[in-house]
Amino acid sequence: MLKLILRRLVQMVLIMAVSSLLLFAIFDTPEFKKRLAVQELGGFAVSALTEESYKSWLAGRGLDVPFHQRYLNWVGNILSGDFGFSYEKNRPVGPLLADRLANTGILAFFVFALMIPLSLILGILAGMKEGSLQDRSISFISVFTTSIPEIASAILLTVIFALGLGWLPVKSAMIGGFSFRELVLPVLTLVIYDFGYVARMTRASMAEVMTSQYIRTAILKGLPYRRVVMRHALRNALIAPFTLIVLQLNWLLSGVVVVEVFFEYNGFGKLLLEAALFPDVEVVQACTLVAVAVAVLSQIISDIGYTFLNPRIRFA
Amino acid sequence: MAVTEIQSGPSLLDRLSRPKPVIALALLLWLPLTAYVMFGHRLGSGAQNVLLPAIPATVLLYVLGVRAFRESRVAVIGLTLVFFWLLMAVSAPYLPLMDPNKPIAPFTTPFTERGDLFFWLGTDFKGRDMLSRMIWGCQRVLVWGVTATMVAYVVGAMFGLISGYLAGWWDEIISFVANVLLSFPVMVLFIVILNYLGPSGFNIVVAVTFASAPAIMRIVRGLALDIKTRDYVYAAQTRGEHPLYIMIFELLPNVRGPIIVDACLRLGYTTVAITTLTFLGLGLQPPDPDWGLMIRESARTAMLWKFSYMLLVPALAVSSLILGFNLLADGLREMSLRD
Repeated sequence: MLKLILRRLVQMVLIMAVSSLLLFAIFDTPEFKKRLAVQELGGFAVSALTEESYKSWLAGRGLDVPFHQRYLNWVGNILSGDFGFSYEKNRPVGPLLADRLANTGILAFFVFALMIPLSLILGILAGMKEGSLQDRSISFISVFTTSIPEIASAILLTVIFALGLGWLPVKSAMIGGFSFRELVLPVLTLVIYDFGYVARMTRASMAEVMTSQYIRTAILKGLPYRRVVMRHALRNALIAPFTLIVLQLNWLLSGVVVVEVFFEYNGFGKLLLEAALFPDVEVVQACTLVAVAVAVLSQIISDIGYTFLNPRIRFA
Repeated sequence: MAVTEIQSGPSLLDRLSRPKPVIALALLLWLPLTAYVMFGHRLGSGAQNVLLPAIPATVLLYVLGVRAFRESRVAVIGLTLVFFWLLMAVSAPYLPLMDPNKPIAPFTTPFTERGDLFFWLGTDFKGRDMLSRMIWGCQRVLVWGVTATMVAYVVGAMFGLISGYLAGWWDEIISFVANVLLSFPVMVLFIVILNYLGPSGFNIVVAVTFASAPAIMRIVRGLALDIKTRDYVYAAQTRGEHPLYIMIFELLPNVRGPIIVDACLRLGYTTVAITTLTFLGLGLQPPDPDWGLMIRESARTAMLWKFSYMLLVPALAVSSLILGFNLLADGLREMSLRD
């Protein structure tokens, strides 16, 4: 068990190192340095700059050293908490990113709080009796809702609940402080897109368990059906969905971009897109690095959780 | 003199259902459409007639598809949705539509008559006809979506075969690179790549390849690992065939089945990705109509109940296409499990 965790951690560090190297390499071009100079000194100042003074500016920023040293400096800065500076937002990237991540965290919390019970209950109901009307209708609903991309369901929800009925605000910019009413539409959009997938996987896992020998034995023994499902089947059927739900964090980080942009919710995804369009390179780098870290971490948690929950793997 | 009974061979449709005619028909549909969308401006006046042979090819392919999938109702529904949009894409230049880029009467609501023109779906904020924009809009999504998925499959399958069949160091390296790419959330990877390369159709193909090929590679690798222990592979090895020959002629045909189902699903993902990226401003560029662009352009101006049709039309269009791909994949999986 310990060996597994250690191996996973080593793997994570390796992946983080390679992806940060990639990320650094693609943005480490002369044009990027020029852009950085324009952002820091202003366009006019740069065009008036002589070769000499541009070189001295590069030296001042530590950008004239060899590649590996620049990369190590960059990683060192990030590890010590200095993510660079956002010229668009006029703030250091670290605190900016922390703010936005907290907002996305709130969003993600409500998404999971709604999505997990919904998808598990639907998946279990569908998987209990494979091929029944209940199963087929739930399966159809889940295919249908996952087929509507987030951008389309965001539009449908906005048109119905915000523009048509007027129950909820159109945008979720949270200008007047935090408000639950503004959170409803983004959360619903994300849940509608995602619950179908988890529900289908839960259904598959449940259906497999329900056909196994020990469940048949329990039913034939005359145990009440409810008890068989609750006590015997669920234990095994919920192992696979658990890992899947943790992995949804990775998916959420990409799904959140379009939803936050559409509803103008000030979260991580909107920050990343604005930085990419501006272009605010250090913000893009920091955001991507954080996203990869979260994704890799969730992968490890799901792996370790799976081995922990499933004794057949733990003791093998 | 004995009357020789006329041997009624297989019917025309049966003969067309064999692999070669189907591939020929698919090419007849696909090449003109791709040429029209990607290089239409270079074809000049000839562009008008390029798509003509594609229309009968589309209809024939649809009939063949319905015949082949008739046991699964879900697959037929999916096929119908997909081919409806394909037919719209190839016949858009010949339909009696208004010019999708010509401003006529801004903010005309659906089902109203302005002057002597009737607007079924109204016009957008610039006064361009929504119906013709919706129909023209499917061309670019379909062409770039399918092209990107195909390129991703070629790359992914190649690396998957290499890593599954050759194993050893090849496998270690390829699997590690795939793991690194898979640990990027998809949309983040798209944004980084397109931000670096700049927004355009070709760059979307590159981005989709980077995002999808690792997952495809994993699937193919798993299948290759299973298949390479079969007797016919050993036979080929004993004959002294080159590994390249074994990978292409022995392994590849046998991993085809599961891949086709996955490809349908992935076509759906790619369509979502292209529409979303275009909405975010990183995908296809104006002024030609595209569903993502329609959403992007209307998202600021159309936030009123009265004008919500500007958002609803492209949203429903893209949902129906993706629903088509997903239902097709579902039906195909169901059928493959039945055999």
